[in-house]
Amino acid sequence: MFSKPSPARVLSRAAPEPRWRPGLPAQPFHSEIFAPGGEASGAGLALALARDALLSAAEEDADTRQVLWVQDAKAIRLGGRPCLVGLPSDLRHRLIHVAAATPEDALFALEEGMKCRDLSCVIGEIAGNPKALSFTASRRLSLTAERHGVRLWLVRLDAEPELSSARMRWQARAAPSPAPRWNAAAPGTATWHAELFRARTHAPGEWMLSDDTGTLRIRRDPDADVLAAPDHVRLARETVGRSLAAVARA
Amino acid sequence: MSVWLARLSVDRWRLSHAPEARAAADAAPTALILETAHGPRITAANPAGIAAGARAGMLLADARALCPDLVAVPADPAGDLAALEKLALWAQRWGPWSALDPPDGVLVDVTGVAHLFGGEEALLADVGRAFAQRGLTVRAALAPTAGAAWALAHHHAGARAILAPGDDPLRLLADLPVAALRLDDDVLTVLRRLGIKRLGELAGVSGAGADPAQEAAARDALRRRFRNRHSPAANPLLRLDQLLGRVPEPLLPVIDRPVPMVQRRLMEPLRHRTPLDTVVADLAADMVRALEARGEGARRLELALWRVDGEVLQRRIELAAATREAAHITRLFAARLDDVDAGFGIEMVQMRASWSEPLHLSQADLDAAAEDHGTALAACIDRLTVRLGPRAVTRPVPRASHIPERAQGWQPPLAPVPPAQSQLAFHTRPLKLLDRPEPIAVLHAAPDGVPQRFRWRGTVREVLRVEGPERIAPEWWRERSSTRLRDYYRIEDEAGRRYWIYRQGIIGDGRGGVPDWFLQGLYA
Repeated sequence: MFSKPSPARVLSRAAPEPRWRPGLPAQPFHSEIFAPGGEASGAGLALALARDALLSAAEEDADTRQVLWVQDAKAIRLGGRPCLVGLPSDLRHRLIHVAAATPEDALFALEEGMKCRDLSCVIGEIAGNPKALSFTASRRLSLTAERHGVRLWLVRLDAEPELSSARMRWQARAAPSPAPRWNAAAPGTATWHAELFRARTHAPGEWMLSDDTGTLRIRRDPDADVLAAPDHVRLARETVGRSLAAVARA
Repeated sequence: MSVWLARLSVDRWRLSHAPEARAAADAAPTALILETAHGPRITAANPAGIAAGARAGMLLADARALCPDLVAVPADPAGDLAALEKLALWAQRWGPWSALDPPDGVLVDVTGVAHLFGGEEALLADVGRAFAQRGLTVRAALAPTAGAAWALAHHHAGARAILAPGDDPLRLLADLPVAALRLDDDVLTVLRRLGIKRLGELAGVSGAGADPAQEAAARDALRRRFRNRHSPAANPLLRLDQLLGRVPEPLLPVIDRPVPMVQRRLMEPLRHRTPLDTVVADLAADMVRALEARGEGARRLELALWRVDGEVLQRRIELAAATREAAHITRLFAARLDDVDAGFGIEMVQMRASWSEPLHLSQADLDAAAEDHGTALAACIDRLTVRLGPRAVTRPVPRASHIPERAQGWQPPLAPVPPAQSQLAFHTRPLKLLDRPEPIAVLHAAPDGVPQRFRWRGTVREVLRVEGPERIAPEWWRERSSTRLRDYYRIEDEAGRRYWIYRQGIIGDGRGGVPDWFLQGLYA
């Protein structure tokens, strides 16, 4: 029985960036995001990070593999189920949802999902600090993810950050969004205050992250780019090339 | 039937010579010797050696004194025993069941077989002829019991070595010496000192005599004399009863276990490595099937390559554990085939598993493949469904409705997705929908309808930014006419949490009193 080297070891040989930023090529296989249960910031950040990781994995053709979203019953009661039309458009047709009754079942589903080669990533939502999700269980998840190369983002709703072997651990909460361009009174694009409090290859830090129509960005100053904040809904295409006036002058 | 190979070791030594050299070997007085504590001792001698005075059991020095030009050749007891095993298997041509009778005999069960060879005399003649063809001196005898057959084969003097079932064994065998009872040497010595030399004398004390009282006393004396001897070879009474068939005598049969062997005769001689690898892979697959049928795994595998010019190339691998994996075997042999010189070509390839061990069927390979390469999506869904139930694993699909909770259905994950009209892009929908809209307590509503503060799950939230309303009318074709419409608002509170709330009905719509507020979705 020959064993392939763990992807985590291969990745760790690359020079680590001291500071985390979106779009890094080497993404961990097991991340945890702690978020309050009364908001969807955890799931939103998990999705944004997952899309960021999948896009920066340098796959030129679009990834058409399925995404597994596992929730336990308490997480469903706290935060509801994913809404199809609210999902990013490239995820809508490839989401498989697992409603597990207990945290044990949710862990089983997470592990089975990471063993499946036809899944691009696994997103889990587990509420609270169940006994089943011990350090051993999280270590098991990490090893499975690294062995099979399927990434896991585990959202912990209303949970205390206890011992865990997750490679990156985030503390996320919603943050006031930038005002949209056309209706300053309306809520803007999704924005989160994310604190990376444990990571193997990066220094801890805090960021204001926003989801700019599918791209994860760092918002540096909440007040400076009020006007530059893009409209949440893009009805008009971006102008490409020369304007009509330029064409007429030529 | 008992077959005594009277001079097995000498015959084997003689057969080891080339046919033209055998006459010279017969002419020279020769003794087979074994090294003992007192010097080389003769175990057997050829006829010339016996004529010159050499006897089995003599020291070689004594025999050399008698015959100075006696040739000494080391004996080979292990080889004799191996040859005897092969002969016992070969002797199954006369009967279905044979046993070893070491050091130089074979017992064959020929019950009900003799007529196939034309009678018992013809059977014995056939045995003599077949062994003579192999160059082995043999004396064979037929009897109802193994002991009687052995006694006849070793010690009969007359022409007829057959004891029919109806014959009285005691009468016919009475003249044989007591050594015909297969007894140990020390027992024979004891019997000789007791004055019992012939079987008849021993049988005389065992039941057929004239005076029963004297008879019983003598037999009792013998039994007491040998009361501590439980081994049959040390107890003449037991042996006698075995000979007469009064006591069963179990014999250990020799069973042939053919070595798993597969081979390919090739239409065209192989001269290149690639087709040889293919043939070896095919042979490995065949071997795996052969081993699987026997429930065994190979520990040692031998590959023989016959070249066109008659040369045979041997390659052998030994395995750390019993294995039955064709890919593994092929890979191991591929490393050993690098130095094969094909010459004018290889025309036959044969693989034998000369050492195999029991290996039960196992499903380890299936699991190992899943461990290495991951499971397929269908397998993963199956595993999840089996443990969590079919309704737990679903895929959200759009449904033709504009009521948010009805616009989404759940179906089995691998079922085909029905085509549906896509939603309008400017309807921003939340990332997550609660299973049931939760009522919120509005603390302070603005005149135009939006709550400025509300209480949800015990927390008061200040609404800072609002977009709406988006009015969703009830589906009148599905619901009662008293169902109220909904006015949806996207709101953001002071901490930046974004929610989707709605007011059910408006004041004055005639379908109820003051409208209630609900929170239905959570924005990312």
